[in-house]
Amino acid sequence: MIPIEFYLVLSAFMFITGVVGVLTRKNAIIVFMSIELMLNAANLSFVTFSSFLGNNIGQLFVFFVMTVAAAESAVGLAIIIALFRNKLTINIDEINILKW
Amino acid sequence: MITLQIILFSIFALIAIVSSVLVVTRKNPIISALFLVLNFAALAGIYLLLNAQFIAVVQVIVYAGAIMVLFLFVIMLLRPEHEKNFFEENPKMKWLALTVGGVVFFQLIYTIFFGKLSSAMHQNAEKSVQIGTVESIGRGLFTTYLIPFEAAGFLLLAAAIGALVLAKKHFD
Repeated sequence: MIPIEFYLVLSAFMFITGVVGVLTRKNAIIVFMSIELMLNAANLSFVTFSSFLGNNIGQLFVFFVMTVAAAESAVGLAIIIALFRNKLTINIDEINILKW
Repeated sequence: MITLQIILFSIFALIAIVSSVLVVTRKNPIISALFLVLNFAALAGIYLLLNAQFIAVVQVIVYAGAIMVLFLFVIMLLRPEHEKNFFEENPKMKWLALTVGGVVFFQLIYTIFFGKLSSAMHQNAEKSVQIGTVESIGRGLFTTYLIPFEAAGFLLLAAAIGALVLAKKHFD
């Protein structure tokens, strides 16, 4: 029997890795992958609590999170392609036309 | 006492931790994407340990299958850019990010361990096997949560159209 803390610590660690990735990386695609990492960490917490509480609502919510993640990655990657067409770079430090 | 469950959990958790760190620290985005696939596969294993069969299968099909293929496809469409090593460029910012991450991580750890969760919750194996099945999830999706389910379908349609419009060659 594995205590619930193990799953939650794994989830927290993955979330923090995603946060550090978003804050430090310059490549827009890797920033995107870090966001997927954070979504997955949240999913792991949902499934853990769902399983430990004996209630399937957590797993239903994970289903919806996955739907939104798929939609988000399709639109986000399309935006990255459009950016690359216009600026010939996906370095987020060089994409600053909205900077005030 | 070391059971098979604990051994499997250790293996999957180790793979997930190492691969998530490698996703963030590798220079080449293709290598990052492949480690992310490994991370998703390890997570699917952990979902199986939690008796969430449906979510484990969907994780492999949707995340490791569909989303990551999209990522790899886009990475290969773009020109590779040379990023510097993790700590070479703007090290101040990276230390700041690591500090923020560390502080939040210890807050989470503190909450997890001092919330006395273990005493309140025990995994009920029989019940969690019943709720993780396709039948249980499908029953929820098509009865109580029918409207969110239809809304999710509409969201996917809108995202597909939006992606097509955004990736078109010329904006009108």
